[in-house]
This record gives sequence, structure tokens and C-alpha cells, in this order.
Amino acid sequence: MDATPTVTAIILLAPFVAYLINVFFGGRLKEKAAFVSLSLVGLSAILSLLVFYHVVSKSLSGHFEGYRGTWLTVPLGSKELALGYQVDTLTAFMLVVVTFVGWFIQLYSVGYMAGDPRFSRYFAFLSLFKSSMLLLVLSDNLVGLYAAWELVGLCSYLLIGFWYEKPEAARAAKKAFIVTRCGDAGFGLGIFLTFYLTGTLSFQEIFHQAEALTGEKAQLISLAAVLLFCGAIGKSAQFPLHIWLPDAMEGPTPVSALIHAATMVAAGVYMVGRLYPLFATPMIEASWSLQVVAWIGALTAFLAATIAVAQDDIKRVLAYSTISQLGYMLLGLGVGGYSAGLFHLVTHAFFKALLFLGSGSVIHAVHTNDMKKMGGLKEAMPITFWTYIIGMGALAGIPPLSGFWSKDEILAAAYIANKPIFIVGLLTAFLTAFYMTRQIGLVFFGKNRDPHSHPHESPPVMWVPLVVLAAGAVLVGFIGTPWYNVFHKLVHFEGAPHHPFKPLPMILSLAAAILGILAGQNLYITNPIKGPDDEPLRRRIGRLYDFLANRWYLDWYDPVKPQPGYYLTPSFIRFTIAQRWVDLHIVDGMVNAVGYLTAYILARFYRLFDLYVVDGLVNWTAWITGFIGNGLRKIQTGLVQHYMFIVLTGLALVALWTLMKQMP
Amino acid sequence: MEGLGQWLYDHLLSLILWTPVVGALFILFTHRENVRQIRFWAHVFTFLPLAFSVYLWIAFNPPQMEMQFVETYDWIPVLGIRYKLGVDGLSMPLVVLTALLTFVSVVYSPTAIRVREKEYYALFLLLETGLVGTFMALDFVLFYVFWEVSLVPMYFLIGIWGGPQREYAAIKFFLYTLVGSVAMLLSILILYFHSEPRTFGMTELIEQQPLEGKGILQVLAFLGFYLAFAIKVPVFPFHTWLPDAHVEAPTAGSVLLAGILLKMGTYGFVRISLPLLPEGSQVFWAPMGVLGLINIIYGSLVAMAQDDLKKLVAYSSIGHMGFVMLGIAAAAMDGRSFTDPVLRDYKVIALNGATFQMIAHGLMTGAMFLLVGVIYERAHHRDINRFGGLWSQMVVYGSLFSFFSMGELGLPGLAGFWGEFLAVLGAFQLFAWAGLAVIGIVITAAYFLWTVQRMFLGEPKEAHSNYPDMNLQEHISLWPLAVLTFLAGVYPKGLLTIIQPAMESAVEKMTKVLGGG
Repeated sequence: MDATPTVTAIILLAPFVAYLINVFFGGRLKEKAAFVSLSLVGLSAILSLLVFYHVVSKSLSGHFEGYRGTWLTVPLGSKELALGYQVDTLTAFMLVVVTFVGWFIQLYSVGYMAGDPRFSRYFAFLSLFKSSMLLLVLSDNLVGLYAAWELVGLCSYLLIGFWYEKPEAARAAKKAFIVTRCGDAGFGLGIFLTFYLTGTLSFQEIFHQAEALTGEKAQLISLAAVLLFCGAIGKSAQFPLHIWLPDAMEGPTPVSALIHAATMVAAGVYMVGRLYPLFATPMIEASWSLQVVAWIGALTAFLAATIAVAQDDIKRVLAYSTISQLGYMLLGLGVGGYSAGLFHLVTHAFFKALLFLGSGSVIHAVHTNDMKKMGGLKEAMPITFWTYIIGMGALAGIPPLSGFWSKDEILAAAYIANKPIFIVGLLTAFLTAFYMTRQIGLVFFGKNRDPHSHPHESPPVMWVPLVVLAAGAVLVGFIGTPWYNVFHKLVHFEGAPHHPFKPLPMILSLAAAILGILAGQNLYITNPIKGPDDEPLRRRIGRLYDFLANRWYLDWYDPVKPQPGYYLTPSFIRFTIAQRWVDLHIVDGMVNAVGYLTAYILARFYRLFDLYVVDGLVNWTAWITGFIGNGLRKIQTGLVQHYMFIVLTGLALVALWTLMKQMP
Repeated sequence: MEGLGQWLYDHLLSLILWTPVVGALFILFTHRENVRQIRFWAHVFTFLPLAFSVYLWIAFNPPQMEMQFVETYDWIPVLGIRYKLGVDGLSMPLVVLTALLTFVSVVYSPTAIRVREKEYYALFLLLETGLVGTFMALDFVLFYVFWEVSLVPMYFLIGIWGGPQREYAAIKFFLYTLVGSVAMLLSILILYFHSEPRTFGMTELIEQQPLEGKGILQVLAFLGFYLAFAIKVPVFPFHTWLPDAHVEAPTAGSVLLAGILLKMGTYGFVRISLPLLPEGSQVFWAPMGVLGLINIIYGSLVAMAQDDLKKLVAYSSIGHMGFVMLGIAAAAMDGRSFTDPVLRDYKVIALNGATFQMIAHGLMTGAMFLLVGVIYERAHHRDINRFGGLWSQMVVYGSLFSFFSMGELGLPGLAGFWGEFLAVLGAFQLFAWAGLAVIGIVITAAYFLWTVQRMFLGEPKEAHSNYPDMNLQEHISLWPLAVLTFLAGVYPKGLLTIIQPAMESAVEKMTKVLGGG
């Protein structure tokens, strides 16, 4: 099916319609809300698959630029901002990941959320998320991307805080939104700067214009790219904005699978991939913006992997693992492995969603997140166990599971481009295998450490998605093997260096994975831990373990006590309260002072005026009249001679005056 | 019938303008005990202008740059004072917004206002005429009259139906704005006495540019207007009357205060300061931009520290109006930028954003104050920290509150996004430090989400268990605003095609003066 504006609009809007129906009629629909949501999202999944099929077949049969079109325009001075879509191979892959993986996660939710009083609202938010995420991957311009970016952030906020009665959930939701918004501030500046440099906001034109830039503006392109990348740092939970994602685990587990593992958090990686020509200006090897991407990715990958080693919460381990793997993808993109990074995005979506849903199945059975209180679930939950093993193997990088191929490609690219980053990647691979083995050991092996729990396998509505995703986690990798790399053929970057296959990085990465698994097996499976307080690793590395368990003391937004960041948020609040004081007492105080002063002066002035001028005038008139009256009374003696004397004197004075005037 | 239609069309603006006054007369001749009748008239006579203004929106011809629906009559011919009305893409949306918010406020009022309703509704209708007239008047004397007319009813609305500190707030509001008005009057007189032939007509004066090249006089005239407009907006540090007035004003008063009265200031900047005094504006573009940024950042910071919900919304208004000022500063920026058509284009974008923001802010903050009123009627306090878990008890209310909070924090897809985005996008191209506005965007998100968390999330509290969800009046008054906020967010073109020609015209007029050298 061709991706016409109508078809893409239906793909985009079908979930939105589901959202509207569930929001306004959810109360009446109750359990049927899931049906509404599943069928409409299913519609957009089927259309996406058809579009995917067409895009892939056209691309494989020849040069194919992708579909483009415009939905809406916005006047922008003498130009127009065209809000449109593009469907190339990258978008096609993302469409499938979002709708297909998403649909099964939604199916799983029917079981997981059964009986929740806000069942319909859950499906409403999930549908809204689908719609926003589809907008994100379809948009062909920065404004559409940014809009979708914020909207998925909103859905993430709503779903993390879905059980908002729990204060932790409410806090985590807010934290996620605000921390990612810090990154979005940079994203916004990046958009403004890109517009300054290229005069446009549509991807194709930006790339076109950016090539032609010279001099100072050409330098600034890299700055624009890094600013845009700030958005990715927030959304994909990279250091130093990684702190929101572990807390986001307060949301329902299917949400963690869909939003905080498979799709939304990968949006940052997608963005770098989508804007790659901007990052790769003037060329991949010389671009400092890609260096920034690579190093942030590498640092985060390693940092998060070390933290994951020392977590006891089953979902938090996966959360740190997600952060780490997102770093891995960015590392890949940063060292020039364009296809590698994006391939890892696709495979990761499958196996990490699988792992999260598996952990949800476990939590559903034992009603706790604490791995130390689990153990021995292998027998009680066989389907969950085996699918989890597949997910774990894919994440650890065991051939022939999907994660092996994509991770290997990233390491191969790093090996050629940047040796220090390659070593960091290798260390991370080791740690990944280790913490996943630890998790498997704690959850599924040994004996059940909680005597009160009676674990059982989850219902089919939950395990069917597990099986489907496990199949995906096995099979998806085969489109990207070094011998026949279809993915690379479909999604590649023209300027990216292409290297012949080298066996060394593959051997090293496999060795790292096996070492990690062996170490984990030795510590956690061969000798199962004895009780909830036992931690074999702490016995060996002591305070370093506490350091890792406390997440390197890096949490700066509203954490609990031992983190130094604990003092930061209250300090900021105190700062704003100080501002309020200033506003109330100084700014307003000044206004009031001026007001009172004016009033006072006017009043004083008025009083004086009243006393001396107005009143004075009255008194003065009276006094003058009296005075003149008194004076005149004295001359009214009644004697004619007196009067004569006055008349004559007057006459004499007049005569004198006249004479004097005539004198020369 | 055709004759009547034509007559209506020719006098559309006067009809919108004077219908509320007729309504006020009807109310004055109704017995004060007959509250039902009074309310009925108030509803009818705010609905009629709304209906007329919807017709105005439909009949309006967007691409036309000149004034439309112009009505001119001599008023005091000796002094060249005329009754002249007209609208363009800047004022037409504001007129419609005024009619809408007034109607919505009247619908909402019966739940909140129980005393002296006769005077209340009469004053409310009078206020509408003052506000609408300010946006329509094309003669400075007329403009000044309406400007002042809008002041008086608001003074009484705060002073009579307000909270405990109402008299202080009312007098502060009145005196503060009066100081500005007096300064404006002086500036108007300066313009008048330098015009040749003598006129008070706005379009004529813009054409004449009586103060072109007059240096200090132009600057003085600009400052006079600046004081009047900046106090209305309000621009830091002239903003402190606003929180006081809002906290004390009755809900409907706050709606119009934030929704419309503040826009009188920004409207004045775009309609008068920029095209009439381009040289004066140019001198002060940088301070205006800096103050706009201070509004955004400082306003958000202080909003964050508020415990009183109404004060919080009031300070958020100060922050949001900063974006408008940023766009205006971009348009005023120095002369070099007028010779380059690309840079002129950025000015149009920034002004588009500024004007869009005026409308968007009117819709959303109007709704926000209604929402504050809704909870105040139930709880009889507005202390954010004393609420909690309300979403479980008031589902629709909680959802609408969250919806408008998202709009306020600039979520794309809702109205708030486009104004802020376009204003900063345009301004950034002219002076990069406009980008600092993004700090304000982060803080705004923080305090709105924090508010939502403190009020609606968490365990439901026993004390709120008997609060009913919204009643019919509250629904009727809030949903139109919600729908429009959404529509403006997903289809900004509808509004921008109307706004843009007026902005182009303003920039063109400035270019005539400043673009020469």
C-alpha cells in the first residue's frame, strides 16, 4: 500500500480515535475499552505492515527515496511551515516496532490490568501514546518531531503516575516530565538555531541547506546538532538526565515495556538517526557533535551497567539495563555505525519488551519487585522462565539471538573508529551478561525465599505475547548478520564508512559475554543466596557495592536521603520562596512606598495649601477688608472741614502728579 | 430582508459594541428582587454580541491588510474627534475572545455571585463594552474613553464582590492603571498637537508620522504609552497590582482581568507603539526584550513559590505575557533589521507568535481562573497544600484542570505551544539571547505539574469526599474554552492566517520609517 496522506493519517489517527472513545465513554465501556483500543491500534498495525512491505520491496528492488506528503501547513512569515510525513525504510521499521510490539504489549495488558478500577483510562492513555509515537516516527520536520516528542512525554507522565494514589508514583511521573524537559529546552534551542542557519524546519531542506553552508555558519551546525541531541539525552535517559527512568518503573509493567524500553526512550536514538546528516556535517570522522554522542553514549552505557549490577528491584535492573543499551545505540551512532545503532534499536525493542513483560509476569505471580524475595520460579513458571532466558541471552549477546548481531556490529564499528570507546563497550558487554545472569539466578534458580507466596504461571493472554516476542527476539537478528545484512541494505547512511567484516571484535565481545555469564553463574546460580539480606557481590567488593547500589550518588532531582541531590530540590524551592519575598516586600514594597509617599506628600501639601493658601486667602480677604474698613472708619469723622481737607489734599496730589509728568 | 442584512453588516461593530449597554439598561429597569429576570437579560445580552462576533469572524476577509468593517461619524468636528471603529487581524480575534469570555463568565457567575446581582450584571455588561471598544476604536479620544470605561466597572467588581482585602486591591488597581492612563493621555496630546492637519485618528496619525525625526519628543511620547501599556500587561516591575487584584477579584472578574484586560496593554504595543512611534520603539527594544525575559523567568519562579492557587495562576500570567513582550521587542529591534527582507520576515513570525499568545493565553488562563473558582466554591479556600487526591473524587474537574495545565505549560497540540514557539523562534533569529526563554518553559512545567501533583494526586482525602463534580454552568463555561484550546493547537493556521496580514502591515509601516537608511 502506498503511503498517501490519507493512509498515514489513518495510521496516526486510529489510535487517537480509540483514545477519544475511551476517554469520553470509558465509564460505560468498562472491559470493552480494551477491545476498542486493540481493534483500532490493530488497524493501524495492519496498515503499517502493508506500508512496511511496500517500502521494503521497493527499496530492495531499486533506489527508493521514500514517501512524502503534507498534512497541514502553518503560515510562517512569507514562507510556510509544512507539517508532513515521510516514510522511508527507517520509519517503516519504526512503524512496525511501535504498532506490532505495541499491540502485543497491549494484549498483555488486558491480563495484567484486569480488575483495575481505571481500566478504560489505562487503555485510553496507551492509545494516545501510540498515536503520539507514530507521529514521532512519521514527522518529516522538526516541529512535528518536537510536538510528538512532548506528547509521548505527556503519555509517559500520565502512565507512570497511573496509580497516582501512591506518592512515589506521582513523584516519579513529575520527575520524568521535568527532567526530560530540561533536555527539551536544549532541543528547542537546537530548533531555533537550525532555523537560523538553514531558514527551514523540514528535514530534507535542512540537510540540503546545511551542505551548502560555509564559514561560521558551518561551524554552528555542529552546535545545533548537539543542542538537538540534548533532547535525546533527556528522552533516552542519558547521563546526566538518566535519573528519571529508574523511577519511572513505578508505572504498570506493560507501560515500562512499551514506553520505557521498546519505543519512547528509543526516540532519542531515532532522532539522532533521523538527523544524522546534520550530525555528520561536514563528514562523519571530523564531526565533534558525533564525538559528543559517542562519548555520552559510552559513558552512560558503562555507568548504567555498573549500577544495574547492584539493584535488587527486578524492574530497576531492567531499567538501568535499558539506559545502558540506549547508550550503546548512541555509542554506535556516534562512532559512525549508523546501521548498527539503529539495528540495535530494533532488536532491543523486541528483547527488552520481552524481558519487561516477563518481569511483569513474575511480579504478577509473586506480588513483589524484590528479587531477593523471589527464587526458584523456574518450575512454577516454565513459559515465563524459558522466554526470559531467550530475552536474557539476546541482551547478553549470545549467538544466534538477535542482540548478538546488533551489539557485535556496534562493537565492530567502535573497534575501527575509536579504541577507547571500544574498550568501554566491551566492559559494558561483560557487565550486561553478568547482571542478567545475576537476575536469572536470583529470580528463577535456587529455592523460593518467600514462604507466603504461591507462584503460578500467568494466563494465556499474558504468555502468548511473551512467546511472540521471544520468537521476535530470536528471529529479528537474522536480518542483520555479517554475511547477509538486509537491514544494512535497507537502512544505511550514504557517507558512512563501510568496513570489511573483522572477526576480532566479534570474538572479544563473545568472550566478554561468556565471562560475564560464568561470573554470574558462579556467584548466584551455583551457590544460591541464603536469604534476602545475602549479597555475594558485596562480600567481595564491599563499599564499592554500596556506591553502585546508591547509583554513584548522582541523582540530582528529588531523591531520597543518602543522595547529595536530596538537598537540591528543596534549595530550589527555597530560592523561589526568596523570590516571592523579594516580589512581595521589595518590588511591591517599592510600589506601595511610592504610593504612600505620594499620598502623604499630597496630603501634606494639601494641608498646607489648605491652611495657608485656601484658608489663608479667605482669612486674608477678611483681614484686608477689616483693615481697610478700620482705616476708612477713622476718616469718617462727620466734620466738614476734615472732608474738605482730604479733598484738597487729593486735588493737590493729582495736580502735583500731573505737573511732575510734564517736567522734562 | 436584504436591506436589514446589509444594515447589520455595515454596523456590525457598533452592534457588538453597544448591545451590552442596552442589556445593562434592561437590567437597570428590572426589579432587584427579580434575580431570574436579571440573569436572563445578562445571558441574552452577552450571547448576542457573541453571536454577532462569530458572524464577524466568518465575514472577516483575512488577506486584507487594511481595517475592515470601518464605521466613521463625526463626533466633535471642531477638534477633529470622530467616532471611528474598525478591526483587522490583530483586533478581530480579540473582540471575539472578549465576547466569548464575557458570555462564559456570565454563565459561570450565578454559582458564585449571590449579592447585589443587579449591579453586578449591569457593570459586567458595561465592562464588555469598554473592552470591546478599546479594541475597535480607531480614534484616540474614543480609544481613551473606552480604555477608561473598562477601568471603572472592574474597580467596582473587585471592590464590591471581591475577597477580604478587596478595597486595598481595587484602589491599587485603579490608581496604578490611572497613572498609566494619564501618561498615555499626555502622549496622545503630544501627537495631536504635532499632527497636520490636526487629527486624533489612529490610521491617519500612523500615515502622518507627526513625530518622525523629532528625537526626544518621540521618545517621550513612546514612554508615555509605554507606561500605560506596561502597567496593563503587566511588565516587571509594574506587575504587583496583578496578584492582589486577582486574589481579591470574583472569579468572573479574574477571567476578564487575565483574559482580556492584560491584552489591552500588548494590543496597545502592537497597534500603537510599534507603527506610530517606530523610532521610539527602536530606542527601547533591548530593555523591552530584557524585561520580557525577566517576566518569563522571574514570573515563573515566583509562581512556583505560591501556595494560593489563584496567585499561582496570576504569576503564571505574568510569565506568559513575557513571551508576548519578547515578540514585540523583536519587532521593534534596531533599524538594520528593517532593510533585510529575511529579518523583516522574522519580525512577522515573532509578532504572529505574540498575537497568537494573546489569544491562547486568554482562552487558557480564563479557563484556569474558572477552575480556581470551581474548587473555591467547594472548599472555600485556595491553599494548594491542603488539597490532595482530588482526581479520584472529581474526575472531570481533575481532567480539565490537567488539560489546561498542559496547555499552560506549552504542550504541543494545545494553544499555548504555538504562541510561545513562534514568538521565541522569531525573536531568537534577531537576538540569540531570546533563547533564555526556554528556562521559563522548564520552570513553568515544574510548577504546573507540582500543582497538579499536590492537588489531584495521592490518596484521596476524607475532607473532600462530599465535593460534587462540576455542575451544568461550570460545564457550559469550561468546555467551549477547552475545545478552542485544542483546535487552536492542532489547527493554528485558522488563527494565523487572520493574524499574519495585520502583523505584516505593522512591520511594513515601521519599515517605511526605519527602512530608509
